[in-house]
Amino acid sequence: MRRADLSLQVAVPALLVVAVGFVATTVSPETEIYFLNALVNVAIVVALYVFIGNSGVLSFGQISFVAVGAFAAGVMSVPQESKQGVLPQLYPLLRDHTIGNVASLLLAAVVGGAFAFVAGLPLMRLSGLAAGIATFAVLEITHNVLQQWTGIGPGPTTLSLVPETTGPFQATVGALIAIAVAFAYQRSRFGRVLRASREDPAAAQGIGVSVHRQRLWAFTLSGALAGFAGGLLVHFFGSITTEQVYLELTFLTLAMLVFGGMTSLFGAVVGALVVSGMDSFLSRSEDGIKVLGVTIDVPQGTRLIFLGAIMALVLILRPSGITGGREFSLAWLQRRR
Amino acid sequence: MTALAVVNAQTIVDAVGLGAVYALMAVGIGLEFGVLRLVNFAYGQLIMAGAYTLAFTATWPVVWSVLMCFAVVIALSAAMDLVVFRPLRSAPPAVMLVTTFAIAFMLQAIATVVDLRDGQLGEVATSIAPLNQAITVGGVDVRKVTIVAVLVALGALLGLALLLTRTTVGLHMRAAATDVSTARLLGVRANRVVGVAVFLSALMAATVAVILTVQSPFVQPDFALRDTIVVLVGVVVGGLNRLWTATLGGFSIGFATGIINGALPTDKTVYLPTAVFLLVILVLLVRPAGIFTWGRQAPVERV
Repeated sequence: MRRADLSLQVAVPALLVVAVGFVATTVSPETEIYFLNALVNVAIVVALYVFIGNSGVLSFGQISFVAVGAFAAGVMSVPQESKQGVLPQLYPLLRDHTIGNVASLLLAAVVGGAFAFVAGLPLMRLSGLAAGIATFAVLEITHNVLQQWTGIGPGPTTLSLVPETTGPFQATVGALIAIAVAFAYQRSRFGRVLRASREDPAAAQGIGVSVHRQRLWAFTLSGALAGFAGGLLVHFFGSITTEQVYLELTFLTLAMLVFGGMTSLFGAVVGALVVSGMDSFLSRSEDGIKVLGVTIDVPQGTRLIFLGAIMALVLILRPSGITGGREFSLAWLQRRR
Repeated sequence: MTALAVVNAQTIVDAVGLGAVYALMAVGIGLEFGVLRLVNFAYGQLIMAGAYTLAFTATWPVVWSVLMCFAVVIALSAAMDLVVFRPLRSAPPAVMLVTTFAIAFMLQAIATVVDLRDGQLGEVATSIAPLNQAITVGGVDVRKVTIVAVLVALGALLGLALLLTRTTVGLHMRAAATDVSTARLLGVRANRVVGVAVFLSALMAATVAVILTVQSPFVQPDFALRDTIVVLVGVVVGGLNRLWTATLGGFSIGFATGIINGALPTDKTVYLPTAVFLLVILVLLVRPAGIFTWGRQAPVERV
């Protein structure tokens, strides 16, 4: 029973993702993008969860790793023949090489992880509000540099002509990889030690845990997953600007994590799927939706009003998120019934 | 010293003006944090609402327009406390913060919908723009509103200092800020204390709304959003646990932004955020509890 319970903890989130990916193949292309977007969001939110959920330290900086991953994968996979035209000021090393889809995703993960390691080395000594603000500073710096430095990317213009390879298959597999890595980590010695330090930093240090080192591992792994998710994102959009991987994405993905319940993998996946679903439904009704023969066409912006209101309501009524921050288990279902 | 040589009197005047406005915002944010233990991200939307009020009442006499601005901001702030903060009082800090994100998003979206009724984004607050004239003192342009901002900031701080140290309600607020549960045990009425703090921080928000609208009368839904983020960073860098350190932090980040902006070579000013936030990281690494916090251990982590 215990072992069955354990495998359900990873199987249920994985099944949810597969189900969404499967539905995505059966619907029309204009509806498909909502499902794919939800899957990419799952990958990003799971990456956030690996650090925030396990360490209990709030970070506003993880989207910087999504950003560098997205631009690394994007810049390196623009077809060679059009690169000169799209990115004229690129450094020769970047300009003269182009890599394939899978290689670009791996590159995104490596770049994200390496950047997170370098940034985390000094920052992981901080905790609480100071850590939140310092990681936010990383986001600001990343955004500013990516937006201005045309030697490494498109600068303030749009990076376009990136191959759109994130279809239902790649989105599903990508989200599954993120979930598998996150689960393996949280069951590992490192993950358990970090979770112990989340519950009581003083006691964890008392039994010989280096909280700084454990947080740094989690931050790096989270950065690698975030970079990977950024790769998925850029291959999904096909074109990207620095504004798309900045404040709004930070708040939206953090909200998804807290909404689902930030201390469990199940919470991260459910939060990402539910909030993405609501967001998609509302943005469809902004374009006009037919209900019982009556076309409801709400003004632009109504989507965010409803989304904000629903999220605030759920958080007020259920502060620990809709999953209560617990992993999926049958006992939990029975108790609820 | 090379950097300082580039900084002229004009830069310093502008930096002080920016610092004064940020200090007012820091007081508002710091007051709410003190009694509610809540980092209110939606504070900027209070300012935005005030600015829209000024723009929509541009045909009214200026005094009425400004009074209306105060009324709207105070009402909105009170509603926020009643509907959002009060039920969340015992929630984890991360939840409170994310809830204020949600509220901020919602208010911004409402502003967008209201603003777009005339088909285009952005409204201009025409009536109070003339206050933006500059007077020249010794070759330095000083905008009248900058003088007003500095005076108002000083006055507000002085008033607040008197309120906190000389009145019963101030004593209660300081007690609640130190230890809410013990303060309640000793007969401090939490809701009243919170009410006063929310009211005062709304006063600050409305004041800032007027000053910012005079400086840049074109009002959009993301009005003051950027400033709020920078001030939130500033108050943490200064030290959120005391109102004074938070206020100094708010002033410092505004002042530092102004100075760095003047000191950077012209072709490098696009990297201003990088310079400012690198400084923020450095300061946090050296003094995680806040740059102006002396002799106090960092408290148990709250967010």
